[in-house]
Amino acid sequence: MTDNYVGKRVKRTEDPRLIKGLAHYVDDIALPGTLHVAFVRSMYAHAKINSIDTSAALAAPGVVAVYTGHDVEKIGPVPCASALPELKVPDHRVLAKDKVYFVGHPIAAVVAKDRYAARDAVDLVMVDYEDLPAVTDVEQAAAGGPVIHDAFDSNVAYKLTSGEGDIDAAFAAADRTVKQRILHRRLAPIAMEPRGVLARYFPGEEELTLWSSTQIPHLMRTQVALMIGMPENKLRVITPEVGGGFGSKLNVYAEEALLSWISMQLGKPVKWIETRRENMAATIHGRGQVGDIEVAFKNDGTLLGLRYSVFADLGAYHQLLTPAIPTLTGLMLSGAYKIPAIQMNITGCFTNKMATDAYRGAGRPEATYVVERALDLVAADLGVDAAEVRRKNFPAADEFPFHTATGLDYDSGDYEAALKKAQEMAGYIELREKQRKAREDGRLIGIGLSTYVEICALGPSQAMPAGGWESATVRIEPTGKVTVLTGASPHGQGQETSFAQIAADELGVNINAVTVIHGDTGIVQYGIGTFGSRATAVGGTAVFVAIQKLKEKAHKIACHMLQADASHVSFESGKYSREEAAAAAAGTSDPVVPVGEAPAGALPEPQTEGKTSLTIQEIALAAHLAKELPPDTEPGLSATYFFEPKNFTFPFGTHIAVVEVDRDTGDIEFLRYVAVDDCGRVINPLLVDGQVHGGIVQSIGQAMFEEVVYDEQGQLVTGTLMDYALPRASHIPEFELDRTETPSPVNPLGVKGVGEAGTIGATPAIVNAIVDALAPFGVKHLDMPVKPENIWRIINGH
Amino acid sequence: MKKAINLSVNGVSHTDEVEPRMLLVHYLRDVLELTGTHVGCETSLCGACTVMLDGQAVKSCTVFAVQADGSSVTTIEGLAKNGELHPVQEGFWERHGLQCGYCTPGMIMTAAQLLDRNADPSREEICHGLDGNLCRCTGYQHIIEAVQYAAKKAGQS
Amino acid sequence: MIPVQFDYKTPATLDEAVALLASDLDGAKVLAGGHSLIPAMKLRLAQPQLLVDIARIKSLAYIREEGDQILIGATTTHYQLESSDLLKKICPLLPECAKSIGDVQVRNKGTIGGSIAHSDPAGDWPAAVLALDADLVLVGPNGERTVKAENFFIDLLTTDLQPGEILREVRIKKPSGRFGQAYQKVPHPASGFAVVGIAVNLELNVDGSCKSAGIGVTGVGVKAYRAKAVEAALAGTNLDDNAIAAAVAHVCDGIDANADLYASSDYRCHLATVHTRRGIQTAKARVQ
Repeated sequence: MTDNYVGKRVKRTEDPRLIKGLAHYVDDIALPGTLHVAFVRSMYAHAKINSIDTSAALAAPGVVAVYTGHDVEKIGPVPCASALPELKVPDHRVLAKDKVYFVGHPIAAVVAKDRYAARDAVDLVMVDYEDLPAVTDVEQAAAGGPVIHDAFDSNVAYKLTSGEGDIDAAFAAADRTVKQRILHRRLAPIAMEPRGVLARYFPGEEELTLWSSTQIPHLMRTQVALMIGMPENKLRVITPEVGGGFGSKLNVYAEEALLSWISMQLGKPVKWIETRRENMAATIHGRGQVGDIEVAFKNDGTLLGLRYSVFADLGAYHQLLTPAIPTLTGLMLSGAYKIPAIQMNITGCFTNKMATDAYRGAGRPEATYVVERALDLVAADLGVDAAEVRRKNFPAADEFPFHTATGLDYDSGDYEAALKKAQEMAGYIELREKQRKAREDGRLIGIGLSTYVEICALGPSQAMPAGGWESATVRIEPTGKVTVLTGASPHGQGQETSFAQIAADELGVNINAVTVIHGDTGIVQYGIGTFGSRATAVGGTAVFVAIQKLKEKAHKIACHMLQADASHVSFESGKYSREEAAAAAAGTSDPVVPVGEAPAGALPEPQTEGKTSLTIQEIALAAHLAKELPPDTEPGLSATYFFEPKNFTFPFGTHIAVVEVDRDTGDIEFLRYVAVDDCGRVINPLLVDGQVHGGIVQSIGQAMFEEVVYDEQGQLVTGTLMDYALPRASHIPEFELDRTETPSPVNPLGVKGVGEAGTIGATPAIVNAIVDALAPFGVKHLDMPVKPENIWRIINGH
Repeated sequence: MKKAINLSVNGVSHTDEVEPRMLLVHYLRDVLELTGTHVGCETSLCGACTVMLDGQAVKSCTVFAVQADGSSVTTIEGLAKNGELHPVQEGFWERHGLQCGYCTPGMIMTAAQLLDRNADPSREEICHGLDGNLCRCTGYQHIIEAVQYAAKKAGQS
Repeated sequence: MIPVQFDYKTPATLDEAVALLASDLDGAKVLAGGHSLIPAMKLRLAQPQLLVDIARIKSLAYIREEGDQILIGATTTHYQLESSDLLKKICPLLPECAKSIGDVQVRNKGTIGGSIAHSDPAGDWPAAVLALDADLVLVGPNGERTVKAENFFIDLLTTDLQPGEILREVRIKKPSGRFGQAYQKVPHPASGFAVVGIAVNLELNVDGSCKSAGIGVTGVGVKAYRAKAVEAALAGTNLDDNAIAAAVAHVCDGIDANADLYASSDYRCHLATVHTRRGIQTAKARVQ
């Protein structure tokens, strides 16, 4: 053990290839003879397909094949992994056949010798549509009117009620109640790298390799194998560099199975790279809830009950987790507070739009937003400070594990400490005074708080559709290099570095000796993937425990080689030493065979004679040569561990946003942004800061700019980045970050997860600040995105 | 229909016949196999495809390869000199200015242009200078710090 | 992302370019910086059969003083205008406007001529050339003619350019005496185009009263326009807050204002009013 790396701001090991432009994303992989696929997609939200004429496209130069829905009936349906009671699951085929259900619905796949020819031929496919009425409003979808799927009698895909405690009694006993309708607009995840697929079938070997920009290579392997009817062990999924996901690549899409199948038909590699317009129309959206929140509380601010009834806009089809996302909202409705009774009512509805699914936070931002907005409504109703009503209802640090009326047990927390620290950093009392004076001068300053809790480290397998564990293999190669194979599949979060930090410290080696490998089902043991802020808490723990297993074996071999009892050999700084020599062992372990310095041929045997200590790398070499091993010991030094977490983890924190609103124009300017996050033990503060920054900025987008808009005909109005605004550098304030550190008891590393904290914690802080700025006008709530025009209308009474 | 073009890319001269409609970014990526330059949107907004064309940062998705005939192009692959990272590349590494890395080459090229023209930019000038580059991961703060790092570093040498 | 096929020519002179355009009046398009045209081609909203690239005609990119005029060649890039020390001194509205366009990559490649000829309703240059009462020099098969900016912009994406004509030069009377200028812009958060863009060119009398005002407005209507009612209302006043407020109330007179997801027409008009006021105040404060 050393403490050279964990907890330090270690620069990322993955960066050199990325900053030099030498990394490989899917589209950067060029295989000889590759054919390119382009899609004909529906221009209508809801229409019958009378006919498709592909003859002109087939005759176009360079075109190899055109496939329509009738050609691909053998490919199984696009999977939905959510199992909810009485859930309606439409038959979701990889290409539309008789009807289209949303703008962007794939109708035909054109295969050509290059991407230009494929694109040209798309315009030559003639589709005869018969327009049908589109269902775009989720409440109208639930109320009746046209039914989207012929197989069902209504557009309600499921209804679900959850929660604990006597909610009616809570409202009956309340001194006061507040209620509010709250909208969570549809958002587009917009990973900067769009989706992309390259499939190569080897007809002789009957094997298929699928390169896909995905967060879940192993789950994809299983699902695509099932869809195309291929033995799972003949399919290899590789995720090369992945240019962001944010949940949008936590899915199995039609294109992945279809490209695989086409490659099998044609015996050639086939590639499809999503365009941004396809990405806006036919990659999952996030959020999309219309909800009503009601809170029951006492005159002293004590919360008694909370009821949230929501219409969830699921879109036309279920993607992998579509119906499950709103249920995650239900889980987190207790927020950071003691609320004895909670009820969530979900009505999930089909609409003629792209499916919603997991977008960074996935159901939890909705919960946090609702609860944090509700707490401000309670504070306003009582005329008390927003911080005080929160404080009043926090569970104390010694009340953990804390059971919520949503059925969860929060692992650990000290909410008061994070709030106090954030208030001190922001100078909260002075800020309130400044705000008061500014109001006297006619200026509109707002201070917004969010004291959030989130649920991470997804999760115990009981709560997951397809396993909630994660895997790791750690081995020390004959040359002393350490290889870590993780089933998590990072795509920008930096686990090549943070897992190497864990391994280097646990093994006492230099971090440069460690390579972390992920994202290749041909090399890495089965894993679940990266989502739900789980990679470090679950995958990192698997690495940590695998190393302990490996060290147990190394210890046994060390004792044998040092001819000492187990109790007299200890491990320190990469070396196993006999008791009397332990103090002398210092520094990190060095390889026995420095790469590039030893002659090729037979590996030198470690010299043990007269030695009182051996490096773990010397032991690895001995284990490999297997000439001097204890009886009944397997050769090699490698260990695999599958970590099954017993609970989720619950990071928390306080965000404080300070904004000023321009009376003339309604423009919103950030004056301060303070965030204190507690994600348990921190492996790499640099990476944690980066995750928080990125999350907050996605929250700024949600709070102030972003909204996927479909018109009444179901046309996608925000179909390009010319219409859908992402935050830019000039939109952001300078963030002031700090942390508290409350270790999680759920895993031996004490880590919780931080990938989604920013998107969960920040959105309500920003909206609360804007609402607070407008309090002099009697404003209690504003729906996102809060645009200058909305504010102008309020100020000027329009 | 095809046109002959000759251009210098990262100091190497190339002659090819291309369709007039071939975008410079596709020429760099598909013909020259310089895949460090990325495509992130269709509407000339995201900046992932930024390269230097005769010393000026441009979006290579909004330039036809034929327009670059006779020009000199520098891509991300050509930014480091003699194995030494450009100060902006170094800044991005030091200050964690990237996560998924997809916007990074374009972001670095634009930042290099920014520092070419303004050796000591304010935070506001950096933000204005990066307005043509979208990043969905970092929240920009570390990118801004990376540029500040590079400015300081370049100022010292 | 991928345009349809087209042919591409690089005339060496303007005459050659005019001849090439004349060879295919329906299918040919002038390519300068390409930053309006190429995005439209990539979405296949524009499908020209021939591109006549005038960016290689070296004699078309210049900024120079000639007598009491400033002459700007059509293929002068936004960045050349933004960074021109001459313009910063003699007509700072132009660099200020240039700096607000798109982003650095767009400014490096996009041209003033292309932007004016395209007449995007949210483009920035039209507002500036209107405020400066510029002359636009067009050449075509029938020779050269000059059009006032205010007569050039006709409708949505429609100008006085006749088939086969090319915008060659922008001519601006050099501001003189006591003048002040400003460009005020509300950029669309996604596209960066002007939700509202207001160009102001004020000339003051010795006593500080307003001798003349040029107000160009973009983003508000189907085309950029001169807010003549504002100009008239300002002339002769002492430009105090009351005079300005009274004048700017007329900025959208007679205009059917645009509406989009970001700004409705009445909010857009309100923004135009606020930013015209701010632009006039800034310009006034800058008078030397």
